[in-house]
Amino acid sequence: MSTLAEHKRRRIDELTARTAEAGGVSLLRDAGRRLLRDPTAIAGAVIILLFLIVAIFAPLVAPHDPVQRFPELTKDLTVDSVPGATAGHPLGSDPLGRDFASRMIYGARQTLFVGVLATLIGLLFGVLLGAIAGAVGGWVDVLIMRVTDVMLALPSLLLAITLVALASESTQWTVIIAVAVVNVPIFARLLRGSMLAQRESDHVLAARALGVKRRHIVTRHMLPNSLTAVIVQATLTFAVAILDAAALSFLGLGDPDINRAEWGLMLGVDGVRYLEVRPELAYYPAVAIIVVALGFTLLGEGMREALDPKNRR
Amino acid sequence: MVRVVSRRLVQLSVTLIALMTLVFFWLRSLPGGPVDALLGERATPQTREALIRALGYDQPIHVQYGHFLKNVVTGNFGNSIRTGEPVTDVISRAFPATIELALAAIIIAVGLGIPLGYLAARHRGRLLDNATIVVTLIGISIPIFFLGYLLKDWLTQGVHLFPPSGRISTGADNTDVTGFFVLDGILTREWDASADALWHLVLPAVTLATIPLAIIVRITRASVLDVLDEDYIRTADAKGLRNATIRKRHVLRNGLLPVVTTIGLQTGALLAGAVLTEKVYNWGGLGTLITDSISGSRDYPVLQALILLAAVVFIVVNLVVDLSYAFIDPRVRVQ
Amino acid sequence: MRAPRTAIAAGVIAALTIGVAGCAESDRDNGEDQGNASGGTFVFAGAGDPKNFDPIFNDDGESFRPIRQMYETLVTHKPGTAELTGGLAESWSNDPTGKVWTFKLRQGVKFHDGTALDATAVCANFDRWYNMKGEAAQSQMIYYADVFGGFAGSPDAVYDNCKAQDASTAVVTMTKYKGAFPGAFALTAFSIASPAAIKQYDADTVTQNGDSFSYSAFATEHPTGTGAFTYGGWNKATGEITLNRNADYWGEKAKVDKVIIKVIKDENTRKQELRAGTVQAIDFPAPADRKALADEGYEVLERPAFNILYLGINQKNNPKLKDLRVRQAIAYALNRAQLVQTKGPGGSVVADQFLPDTVLGYAPDVQKYDYSVDKAKALLSEAGATGLTLNFYYPTEVSRPYMPNPQEIFTVLANDLQAAGIKVNGVPRPWNGGFKDDVQQFGKQDLHILGWTGDYNDPGNFVGTFFGRPKVEFGDDAMTEMFTAIGKADATVDQAAKRTAFEQVNRDLAAKWLPAVPIWHAPPAIVTTKEVEGLVPSPLTAEEFDTVSITK
Repeated sequence: MSTLAEHKRRRIDELTARTAEAGGVSLLRDAGRRLLRDPTAIAGAVIILLFLIVAIFAPLVAPHDPVQRFPELTKDLTVDSVPGATAGHPLGSDPLGRDFASRMIYGARQTLFVGVLATLIGLLFGVLLGAIAGAVGGWVDVLIMRVTDVMLALPSLLLAITLVALASESTQWTVIIAVAVVNVPIFARLLRGSMLAQRESDHVLAARALGVKRRHIVTRHMLPNSLTAVIVQATLTFAVAILDAAALSFLGLGDPDINRAEWGLMLGVDGVRYLEVRPELAYYPAVAIIVVALGFTLLGEGMREALDPKNRR
Repeated sequence: MVRVVSRRLVQLSVTLIALMTLVFFWLRSLPGGPVDALLGERATPQTREALIRALGYDQPIHVQYGHFLKNVVTGNFGNSIRTGEPVTDVISRAFPATIELALAAIIIAVGLGIPLGYLAARHRGRLLDNATIVVTLIGISIPIFFLGYLLKDWLTQGVHLFPPSGRISTGADNTDVTGFFVLDGILTREWDASADALWHLVLPAVTLATIPLAIIVRITRASVLDVLDEDYIRTADAKGLRNATIRKRHVLRNGLLPVVTTIGLQTGALLAGAVLTEKVYNWGGLGTLITDSISGSRDYPVLQALILLAAVVFIVVNLVVDLSYAFIDPRVRVQ
Repeated sequence: MRAPRTAIAAGVIAALTIGVAGCAESDRDNGEDQGNASGGTFVFAGAGDPKNFDPIFNDDGESFRPIRQMYETLVTHKPGTAELTGGLAESWSNDPTGKVWTFKLRQGVKFHDGTALDATAVCANFDRWYNMKGEAAQSQMIYYADVFGGFAGSPDAVYDNCKAQDASTAVVTMTKYKGAFPGAFALTAFSIASPAAIKQYDADTVTQNGDSFSYSAFATEHPTGTGAFTYGGWNKATGEITLNRNADYWGEKAKVDKVIIKVIKDENTRKQELRAGTVQAIDFPAPADRKALADEGYEVLERPAFNILYLGINQKNNPKLKDLRVRQAIAYALNRAQLVQTKGPGGSVVADQFLPDTVLGYAPDVQKYDYSVDKAKALLSEAGATGLTLNFYYPTEVSRPYMPNPQEIFTVLANDLQAAGIKVNGVPRPWNGGFKDDVQQFGKQDLHILGWTGDYNDPGNFVGTFFGRPKVEFGDDAMTEMFTAIGKADATVDQAAKRTAFEQVNRDLAAKWLPAVPIWHAPPAIVTTKEVEGLVPSPLTAEEFDTVSITK
């Protein structure tokens, strides 16, 4: 193909090479030590940890049910004024008379859900395709790589928009899948490269010489060893996924169920619409998205750096 | 070189026909679509049937596909459902708008990004470097439609520093020559029109430039750091070459190579960003067209043509970047 | 004047000049044609692209907006109301059978191409519509097909012939009486165009191209009517439609020299352009912004409500919905007053029937279904329908004056239904990408939200459209008694009798049939700057710009 796709590929392949090289336990430990010395990566990890805690324990942290409409909030609610903080509702109301603070907290959960699922689905199919390509080789490999090349070639958000437009139903899943599909080729390429590198590695050759079954070699030896690269990429992907989901919401092509408290949806629909009436409705989810995306980017970049053999001194 | 180009062109047309076929059958399988979009709420069932016959949707699918293929091959993409104009007109009008915006964004991103990245690298670990890293990271993490809304809110409302939307002032009687408003003004010597168009261009271009700018800064910084580490720079330093000479001869030149590729890579991201930016600023380009042809209207003829165009543009940009890459670095041979 | 600053400066100078001219008129006698000649430009921000400018091939408000400035209809509405008054016809009358309509035309009216408007020209328009050839063209005459039943050769065609009795009297004969008349004569789609221009620019040629149609030069470049403005061009790159003052207009001439209709799709951007001073009026402000704009000193012109949002009930899929008590339970379960308070655009009111109170046949004494969860629950258990689960379809990717934000409306209504023990399964569908198909063609839903903006003051245009014939939307042949009653009321020629008949229809709709629950009437608005005067908001969103003037 061409240099552009070539470069996207090379970026992925570099990561593959690094992690394949880092196959030895001592090297991984080395990378881990470097990671712990990197303040930005630690900052990222802390942000993610906080985010995970809020997301997982949302029902305990949130003062209220995020979809319930409260009479004390709807009482003063009109289309052009959304009540601010009152007793029991620290951040006031959202445009439908629901507790905004609870929605922000549950938002962590839904955002995590969308981000994780989009990443996981992309990862699952990518890993599957990559593993097949890497394990089978031959024309299957060529075909799969050609398809991923074409997909890599398209700008991610455009591909997602087109997919949403081409879906016959619009649900949260349309969005998740559209955002996920964009990542399939990246993971596929990553895994394939990593497996190819390992096919020639000592422990796989040894296993083969010992007469271990091929399937066993793939699932027990090659896949687990490729996981490091996949985890790094997944961390970076998460940030992009929640940003893309927010962009789709803004374009009116996102999750149609506004009962769902998801930051991208809250920002892209209510936030923008009520920007002047209640700016907080935009600012809070926006800041939340920025911070979380930042966290994942910091950690992802940190891991990538740590695995870089150049930094091994 | 000629062989490379012509082989690419053949590849291109095969890919495109396959793509169009896929899109055609996919769109036909969706609910709603042209019939719903063309009929308002008042249509009677009889009108609906007449429309289905008039559009040939009552014919077998292979006949429809035949018509479609014939049209596409002859360069006829039908008419837009939303505006009734030939799709080619709609797209050729939106095209320069987006290119103008994207070019402005690239100029901002490159013009600011390379110096900033270089400076950050030279001041590695110091305040400037750290500040640059933080700002660029936020630049990558901010939803750009939100940034656009903020800029618009701050700079076009209370204080009217910039116009809130559009490509040129309402009622301006600028002459439309190429569709690039800034260029048109220069060509026709309507300097006012050029200035006006530029004035409208600032905010959208800044918004669109955010992500590429952040990425270019980071790549430049990393690349320059790599080069600074290389032995030949150390040698040059040790040889006592003047700092400026080192900078010019070695660092920038070698550090720039990955940056050029990155700029090429950002064209895709720019197109994606344009969809959001154009919606925020009511910019009548391809991004607006994509949104308009999907959201609400399901203007499939336009959508089909846009998908085709995206593929063509991408392949052409690839080719150009390949060629220019070979030009900058003779070691790279185009295969 | 290209650079905006120059434009502003020039505008200020112009304004000052007018001001000075006004104050010191006696000082100047250079014969400047003051007032009319320097009426300035009125820039109005619309919300979407028009399709073309041939009235008969259009059916949407954004196309009708410019068309209405360039063309006129035989009968029109008094500004700001849905009441009929003379347009191109000074007066009109019908015979006792309601089939023969006689129009006395205004004298001295000329089309923009200089040809005269007379009875022959009027009849040429009627004949053109009736004899339109080709399914491409016919399929785009949506209003004609709806009002006139069909085309030449069709047994359902309502139109028979049009005779020019003399130069200023046109007599239109129908095959049968239709309740839509005379109101429908005021539809913008039935504007009278110049027969000479129609012929010259080949107006009847509509050709299919791919999934859409190409229109003639008449529709795209040479619209020729009698209106107060002439066509000045459509710059598609900037989304601006220019209309020029018609100096030969038969009536009072337009006060501004030029009107620019600027297409800005995003409501937020429309508001910002208004604040930036680049446009002087915007249509459909976001309901949330109206108050803020009014506080900042802009004029918010609320149109009298002439629309309806309803919750449709499809009786086909779930047999429980055939039970009136279940439908009544749904009506009781909805807290419509709260919906209006929390989400209704300024001026919205709860609807208790399917037409606004300004329309003939509105019955003040219909059954009201005030919010009561207890009554809803009681009715449900009485009907043995506890634990009911319903598929509620709602549209996405759309905003209509009667439903500015469908997702919010759905969420609130679904919430209310759940509170009464009805389980709701929400099904979002894109407006043109499945919603209309699923709801109106396939009837997949149990419940759905949809609405309507009236075209003219006639109950048939509201209840007749929804419930006058079997429709998939409500479960087809749900209530034959209802179809007959509405058909009968619609066919009543005598206006007093028609009123009584429709009042009864409305009472029965609420108490006996309840095929849907009326939700609200939500008036859309226009916002203008203080300088704009004479813009009269129309319930039919049929504003005319000839009365607009820009003052300072």
